[in-house]
Amino acid sequence: MTEVRVTTPASISGMGHSMKRKEDPRFIQGAGRYVDDIKLPGMLYMDIVRSPYAHAKILNIDASAALALPGVLAVITGKDLQKAGNLHWMPTLMSDTQMVLPIEKVVYYAQEVCVIVATERYIAADAIELVQVDYEPLKPVMDPFEALKDETIVRDDKEKKTNHVWHWEAGDKAATDQIFSEATHVVKEKMHIPRIHVSSIETCGMVADWDKINSHLTVYMTSQAPHAHRTVISLVSGIPEHKIRVISPDIGGGFGGKVPVYPGYVCAIVASLVTGKPVKWIEDRSENLQADSFARDYHIEAELAADANGKITGLRVKTLADDGAADAAANPSKYPAGLYSIGTGSYDMKAAHFEVDAVYTTKPPGGVAYRCSFRVTEAVHMIERMTDMMAHDLGEDPAQFRLKNFIKKEQFPYHSPTGWEYDSGDYHGALQLAMDMIGYDDLRKEQAEKRARGELMGIGISSFTEVVGAGPSKDFDILGIKMFDSCEVRIHPTGSAIMRIGVQTQGQGHETTFAQIIAEELGIPASDITVEHGDTDTAPYGLGTYASRSTPTAGAAAAMAARKIRAKAKKIAAHLLEVGENDLEWEVNKFVVKGSPDKFKTIKDISFAAYTNFPQGMEAGLEAVNYYDPPNLTFPFGSYICALDIDKGTSEIKIRRFVAVDDCGNIINPLIVEGQIHGGLTMGLAPALFEEIIYDENGQNMTGTFQDYLLPTSIETPLWELGKTITPSPHHPLGAKGVGESPTVGAPPAIANAVVDALWHLGVRHIDIPITPQKMWKILRDHGVTGEE
Amino acid sequence: MNHTVSLTINGQPASREVEARLLLVHFIREELNLTGTHIGCDTSSCGACTVLLDGQAVKSCTVFAVQATGKQVETVEGMAANGLHPLQEGFWEKHGLQCGYCTPGMLMTAKAFLAENPQPTDDDIRWAISGNLCRCTGYVKIVEAIQHAAAKMREDQTASDSAGKTQNEEKVPS
Repeated sequence: MTEVRVTTPASISGMGHSMKRKEDPRFIQGAGRYVDDIKLPGMLYMDIVRSPYAHAKILNIDASAALALPGVLAVITGKDLQKAGNLHWMPTLMSDTQMVLPIEKVVYYAQEVCVIVATERYIAADAIELVQVDYEPLKPVMDPFEALKDETIVRDDKEKKTNHVWHWEAGDKAATDQIFSEATHVVKEKMHIPRIHVSSIETCGMVADWDKINSHLTVYMTSQAPHAHRTVISLVSGIPEHKIRVISPDIGGGFGGKVPVYPGYVCAIVASLVTGKPVKWIEDRSENLQADSFARDYHIEAELAADANGKITGLRVKTLADDGAADAAANPSKYPAGLYSIGTGSYDMKAAHFEVDAVYTTKPPGGVAYRCSFRVTEAVHMIERMTDMMAHDLGEDPAQFRLKNFIKKEQFPYHSPTGWEYDSGDYHGALQLAMDMIGYDDLRKEQAEKRARGELMGIGISSFTEVVGAGPSKDFDILGIKMFDSCEVRIHPTGSAIMRIGVQTQGQGHETTFAQIIAEELGIPASDITVEHGDTDTAPYGLGTYASRSTPTAGAAAAMAARKIRAKAKKIAAHLLEVGENDLEWEVNKFVVKGSPDKFKTIKDISFAAYTNFPQGMEAGLEAVNYYDPPNLTFPFGSYICALDIDKGTSEIKIRRFVAVDDCGNIINPLIVEGQIHGGLTMGLAPALFEEIIYDENGQNMTGTFQDYLLPTSIETPLWELGKTITPSPHHPLGAKGVGESPTVGAPPAIANAVVDALWHLGVRHIDIPITPQKMWKILRDHGVTGEE
Repeated sequence: MNHTVSLTINGQPASREVEARLLLVHFIREELNLTGTHIGCDTSSCGACTVLLDGQAVKSCTVFAVQATGKQVETVEGMAANGLHPLQEGFWEKHGLQCGYCTPGMLMTAKAFLAENPQPTDDDIRWAISGNLCRCTGYVKIVEAIQHAAAKMREDQTASDSAGKTQNEEKVPS
């Protein structure tokens, strides 16, 4: 199926309508309200002194010169936090601990050392330059394999003196080893998925406002999960939860970077508690790039087995995860490596086994914050590279090889060898459509002709399976809190409505799409529905927006809440029409008496009656709330094909065409889905060709500004060509799946496969991403390819 | 020592005593409370702070407020003086924004660009906005939005030209 389902007229704009976004008028007129736009009376500013070393003992902190500067009100050090109730350490989401401010030593470059509070932003910035910190440099631990030798211990605060953090396995080792011992073909490769940074254009920040008189804390925070953050703040600070209000206003991009709790947030709250004034803290870009949560950094060794017919039979993967100085991945799954075991991908195989070890190094902590559902990107890159390698080794066309090995449509729901139940899919349909759109056979002919002329052209495919919608409580929790999400809907007497949701938009368009869900279910025009979120005092408890979970969880909650309302509306309609409930049927926006199309009550009539004329014994009003714990994750999928040329003279990789066929189940707003896919593809292009956080041997971040850490501009970004198939999720009430992350997960291997495809005949088997111009030039040089000089 | 900065912002005069080192973006956001202009980096790389200075698009994080004295400054807040500007309409119509953080800078860059090049190719637009980073949209719909605006502005121009022509013709004494 490729047609979007539409059941309501444009005047209602339920699902399937490309409704213009309701939130846009404020953004296009400069009236968005982001954290840095908030200004409270008497507000102070906080700035952070950061470590110039990756690993060093702190001998002394002398802030006297800073305190002498007019306008400087306070300095807060680790020792101060310790005295305030051991606030110098905080828990991470992964049951590890992380320093807020250090006392003994620093463990990464740009680590927060102490904070300054001043009356003005510029004075705070001046003051941090005046703080004298004496350090005794220690040996940095930058290489995760070296770290495993335990010669220098990063976390000597811990009882066990080792850098090894955890070991985790998934799948059946014995069965997998057996498969490999019987395999006809095995391909093996080492690959590194390097450290990258999410770099939303708005950095992180907070305004903390402690009200001494009422013992009440209000924080305005760049938060993707305001309720979870409220609970964390309460648990860490001891302030009762009802005395904390977290407001996440307009957020300038999240992509996972605004899920973790950073030391700066904690310090801003403490600064407000200490001074009794509102305190603003806004990171600058270098702080954001150097100290905030990273993503990836998986060192992978993978083996793929096939039988004599070229049928994939098994997968064996060993991985070393570089955690940095704490295991602080924003990963709420119950598995240390997240959903990495989804790595058997779109292929039907008999057995698989995954082993992951994590290690501490002297780098900033983090792990998954880059538009990725908890290690799925690493898994998909690995399996799509390995599949391509196997096809090339066997001399088979990579598209035909995939079609031969895909899980078949009739195998869904499919039980993967590592224990996942894929809800629905049609992998053949998606790849076939992508091949038709790009003219695959003609491209292969062109490639052969070009190769004969000595030109370098590559075609790369990625047929990915995503897994999103955290999540079922059997697999996920945050501090024990199950990962349901929520929606509350209230219909006003005149038939308009307000809904509040536990998820928080950062550009995904929730104010529009969630209204469309209610419009679909109740026939109230989406334009008449206010969507509120991001304020913990008013929204129902939810776990926030990341990992493409909003539609799978809160979207389902919205549908379920609306259905409760419809059930009550039916009783009211029966009362008004003086018929039995069984005599009524629902049509778009009204209950109609079966067989009498002129006898009906619209949702507007019913709304008014809910307050004026309802059956005896019924409560007044028309509202409902739902907390939805999904029975399973959703499994969006797609096939991407990239055609590119490599300039032998300049080493430039020019993406000529990129066709992306996505299947995210039923679509709520096609325009918004297209926008999500465009953005996701660009965040897949970025790590494939440009982005990487690089450290020197001393642990200094060499990519600490946008001059060195290269986000794709409009010039590097190709014109994305989109196609879609629609395979509804069987368990989601709307048949929808998540979509935001699929393209970021699916795009990198399509590009990497295309580059390797262009060079395979020269003996190139694998290139680690990002395939930068420098890397490309070295490879061309090493393989004797030079331009016509 | 403080300096007096007097300038025109979105058609209104404004004057403040400021430090010489105050950046124009902070002057606009903190002194004038026009928070539509955003800050996304410290290296003039992202363009979220783009404003028009005497009609030229500049990154206001790289201009001191004192350098703007005596000049006309235009920010996103000044665009919808007579209803939405065609660029604002285009961004709304074509889904040219998601989180909205880069949008004001994109709009200002595009406004200066279309004044120079009213009939651009898609490639012209891509080069024109290459100093403005967007992390959400992948740029495709921003290009469509600017094309939409360019077409609308050409139509409006044609309409006002022919209206002017008619008016002139009417003025010719019979």
